[in-house]
Amino acid sequence: MELLLNIVIYLPLFGALLLLFIRRDEWVRWTSLIITTAAFLLSLPLLLQFDISATGSAQFMTVGEPFLGDWDVKYMVGLDGLSMLLFMLTTFMAPIVVLSSWDSITKHVAGFFSMLLILQTGSLGVFAALDLFMFYIFFELTQIPMFFLIGIWGGEDRIYATVKFFIYTLVGWLLMLVALIYVGFAAGNMVNDGVFTTDWMLLTSPEFQLGLVEQTWLFLAFGFAFCIKVPIFPFHSWLPLAHTEAPTAGSVVLAAIALKMGTFAILRYLIPLFPNAAIAFAPMFAVLGVIGIIYGALVAMVQKDVKKLVAYSSISHLGFVVLGMFAFNTTGGQGAIIQMVNHGLSTGALFIIVGMLYERRHSRMIADFGGVAKMMPVLTVMFMIATLASIGLPGLNGFVGEFLILVGSFNSDVLGSYWYAVFAALGVILAAGYMLWMFQRVMFGPITHEENKKLTDINAREIGLLIPIMIFIVWIGVRPTDFTKYSEAQVTWLLEDTQNRAAAIAHNAAGQDLPFWAEKLYDITPQLASEPGLVIEKSEQSENPEQKRK
Amino acid sequence: MDAYVHLLPWIVLIPLAGFLFIGLLGLASESFRAMKNLIGGVATLAVFIPFLIALWLFFLMTGESDAASVSLFTWIEAGDFSTDIGYRLDQLSLLMTLVVTGVGALIHFYAIGYMADDEGFWKFFSFMNLFIFAMLNLVLADNMLLLFLGWEGVGLCSYLLIGFWYADMAKSDAAKKAFMYNRVGDFAFLIAMFMIFQNVGSLRFDDILAGTTAFTTDQVFLIGLLILIGATGKSAQIPLFVWLPDAMAGPTPVSALIHAATMVTSGIYVISRLSPFFMQSPELMLVVAVIGGFTAVIAATIALTKYDIKAVLAYSTVSQLGFMFLALGTGAYVAAMFHVVTHAFFKACLFLGSGSVIHAMHHVEHKLHDENKHVHFDPQDMRFMGGLRRYLPSTYKTFLIATIAIAGIPPLAGFFSKDEILVMTFNAGMGSFGAVYIGLWALALITAFMTAFYMFRLTLGIFHGEFRLPRKFSKAQGSERYLHESPFTMTSVLWVLAGLSIVGGFIGIPNFIVATFTGTADVNLLSNWLDNVTLNADLILSKQVEWLLLFGSVLVALFGVFVAFRLYNNNELEAPDARIAERFGALYQVWSDKYKIDEIYEGLIVRPIVRFSDRVLAVFDMKGIDGFVNFIAAIIRFAGSVIRYFQTGLVQTYAFGIVLGVILIIFMLLFR
Repeated sequence: MELLLNIVIYLPLFGALLLLFIRRDEWVRWTSLIITTAAFLLSLPLLLQFDISATGSAQFMTVGEPFLGDWDVKYMVGLDGLSMLLFMLTTFMAPIVVLSSWDSITKHVAGFFSMLLILQTGSLGVFAALDLFMFYIFFELTQIPMFFLIGIWGGEDRIYATVKFFIYTLVGWLLMLVALIYVGFAAGNMVNDGVFTTDWMLLTSPEFQLGLVEQTWLFLAFGFAFCIKVPIFPFHSWLPLAHTEAPTAGSVVLAAIALKMGTFAILRYLIPLFPNAAIAFAPMFAVLGVIGIIYGALVAMVQKDVKKLVAYSSISHLGFVVLGMFAFNTTGGQGAIIQMVNHGLSTGALFIIVGMLYERRHSRMIADFGGVAKMMPVLTVMFMIATLASIGLPGLNGFVGEFLILVGSFNSDVLGSYWYAVFAALGVILAAGYMLWMFQRVMFGPITHEENKKLTDINAREIGLLIPIMIFIVWIGVRPTDFTKYSEAQVTWLLEDTQNRAAAIAHNAAGQDLPFWAEKLYDITPQLASEPGLVIEKSEQSENPEQKRK
Repeated sequence: MDAYVHLLPWIVLIPLAGFLFIGLLGLASESFRAMKNLIGGVATLAVFIPFLIALWLFFLMTGESDAASVSLFTWIEAGDFSTDIGYRLDQLSLLMTLVVTGVGALIHFYAIGYMADDEGFWKFFSFMNLFIFAMLNLVLADNMLLLFLGWEGVGLCSYLLIGFWYADMAKSDAAKKAFMYNRVGDFAFLIAMFMIFQNVGSLRFDDILAGTTAFTTDQVFLIGLLILIGATGKSAQIPLFVWLPDAMAGPTPVSALIHAATMVTSGIYVISRLSPFFMQSPELMLVVAVIGGFTAVIAATIALTKYDIKAVLAYSTVSQLGFMFLALGTGAYVAAMFHVVTHAFFKACLFLGSGSVIHAMHHVEHKLHDENKHVHFDPQDMRFMGGLRRYLPSTYKTFLIATIAIAGIPPLAGFFSKDEILVMTFNAGMGSFGAVYIGLWALALITAFMTAFYMFRLTLGIFHGEFRLPRKFSKAQGSERYLHESPFTMTSVLWVLAGLSIVGGFIGIPNFIVATFTGTADVNLLSNWLDNVTLNADLILSKQVEWLLLFGSVLVALFGVFVAFRLYNNNELEAPDARIAERFGALYQVWSDKYKIDEIYEGLIVRPIVRFSDRVLAVFDMKGIDGFVNFIAAIIRFAGSVIRYFQTGLVQTYAFGIVLGVILIIFMLLFR
């Protein structure tokens, strides 16, 4: 299984190398399709073998030798409840993305598909990495192909869009790199005999206790990077641009996979590494999430470009994910994970559908359409399902995530107020507004443009690539437990463990001298030291790490 | 009940199978779409078989009292939240199931004829089956979340069917409007669910009703209010009723099934389902009653002024739903459900009858068109009708029966249910907030008068007098020869519904009528049937008062009929209306402008939000947020452009710099 995991991760990279030797475009397409399909099929045994009750340590782990001199930075990959579903989402979407670019890419075909394949290896690595340093490397591996995908195969403004996307993300992540090195040294001192380490299990062990002041700065540095990547309001301005300029495949990968790296990183690193800061800043992130939900929806409503509209709707949907994670309970966290998957599926489908319209009509402007339903009945059905999923209709996938997030945040002890959920739920009304309005203007009404009378319905390939997504949209909507069960145990453990460690750190910090703002922020009072409950929890925790690492 | 509760899932799943069968095959195969009899037959059976199962359950259930649940699988589960796909069998859910599947099957059958020439035939029936599936989930769900699935599901089907002729932008506007108003209600409903879950830790009705004591008075009021807002969305009450009249853009069978008989009653169903919860707060009950009472009268006044026959029926539906809410607010849940049932019969009959009329008028328009006489008129406008009773005898007779029923004239169905509501409202006047309830009773009495009046105005306007179309258009001379009765498949359904409108009231004969002669009586079948599942207010009025109220409501209804005959039984429509308009002046204008509520919402909420998003947020996004990002980039670029002048490549400059630096360091060392 360990080997299989590595095969799944590197098969696409191998495929990308293979494409260098293939001359004919047709063969390039078929090779890409076979490689991505094979990777998907090979990832299925991982899912079947996955132990859903395991918590803490990941499964199918490969641990390499340290490769950075004296530093204890190792190649470490494996899957756990946090990453399993997103890993599968990535392998699942890859063949679909390849198929969606079948006819539309005619320029540098081999280059295009090799970029897609490299991107897949990078994405799988990001989700499977269990070492912060490896995570960083894999992340950078995704940035480069994305840069070219937008820059070479994009729309008119592609260069501006891709440079902005690249530099904006990079600024955040370089800051994070500095923080990462600090964390590595600090962790080395505390839990690894003075040797620099970024092992995720060590970084989340109870002995690794960063001071509150350190945590604040590190949290903000990491948080900044992830906020840009997600993107969380107000760091989102690269996204609509990148989405509009990217080719269909680029938009789909960006929406379905790449944005999830940011939200995934928050859950994987930001929250557990800096537990006190995460809890202290939870209301702030929740507020940003809620603003994102409403703001994204309102701005989406008035877009004239369908792709931009979907892009802004992503900001709205990802606001839900952020809110769910910072609710700090299983319900919210589980909602966040399934919402990531759902957003990948439904927004992915929407971008694919918009791409199909664009290929036929060479326009993304809402005003250029109207009455399309008459010409393209099959596409209409698919579009309708994806739209309804996106607006969270019960029975389809979108509802499950949003509902769990809302319930979680409504009952969140950490957030301590139901107003987050109430305002977030307004997004439910707005989503119906902007999506149905767009749908109406594009699909319904009389045909007002002559060009639209020549539109042909989607062909077998296009139906074939949409149907798997539709199946999962319904499946997750009707039987979400078939999916949420993979993350339930690990999310519960992670959030509880984080709060326990936060309590322990706060307990230790109670006697220390802190700057005024830190005392305020973390609400450290002398009484905390005398609370017996926290001491017990701490001692329980200290028995755990050995057991966890096994 | 445990022994046969396993039949419930079949009731729900058969319409789903019908939807999938018709929908998928229709999408895939051109030739399947042409098999209209097969499609119509399958769709009707997919509703009729569940009706038979429900009927069987009804006979099995007599004499039993405990509710039973069956759970299919866990639906949503995470952390401490868990909900099943579970169905609940009790008297209330079964009653609703019988209405939904019974009336539903009839309307499906009717629609085979009505939709016969439509190219979207298959789509229509797949949506209709999907609707029945969603509606059955709504009424049979054993928890609020599954109910919510049905709740939004019926909203979706309503959206799809209102916008069925999507090429017409106005129709798809109406569809979107319906969905949006419902969503506003759903938002409140969602929050109510969160609050309930927070207090009870479950969304099952059993747990909620067992745990009603877990709530504080304020929470009961707040949660109840939120559920009520949800209900006002679905059941078209103030402040969210404006979508329903527009919803008439859908095919008429849709109006009959969804926007009269079933979906719009789901708000009443939910509140009845939670009756023990609502009964805890008299203030909450008062709010429900006030909303119902005012909706009833406001919708009735608008109905007085309309010429579109479906619009009259639509406002009448809003008004009758208002009566049901009034009943809920007085704690008369049985009366509310009673009116749900009888209203389903006579309003479905009226809508289908109007469908038959519209069908005929369309035919006239087509025939004239074939003769190259291009006369454009609205086939739903009764100013072009009149005298149709000669040409559509069955439609006329059934329509008249249903009109008498809705007007509240004994012994037809509407009389019993409406009278019970009036009695119970008066009864509530004896309790807390008595004066308000008496006021509402007076309001309801006025509404009852108006109901009888505008319904007979409608019937007289359509069926009596002479055919007015030739009078309006000279080209349409002799066009009455094209008027014809609808086929038997359609009229047979009208007769069944008319029959039910006659006898339907006998399921709820008030006990006092019989008790007056025998001393005591237990003849109210519906009340006995629902006794276990709803918590009702006690009737404290004496028999004498009840008789008095009964005669009062009969007199009021008869007076309404009388006035309508006086004004409209002379082939005139606009002239008497003008006289009424003159009498009421500005008030009449307000009625005919529908109180400008649409304009108010549009102007105060919708347009400001869109404009704010467009002119402020979207601009802020580009200029503000993105502008700031670009500003940072510009600073860096500027810094680079300045600093690069120091990188001259000339050794002399660098040497000069080094010397300056050395001097600076020496100074700093010397004078620090």
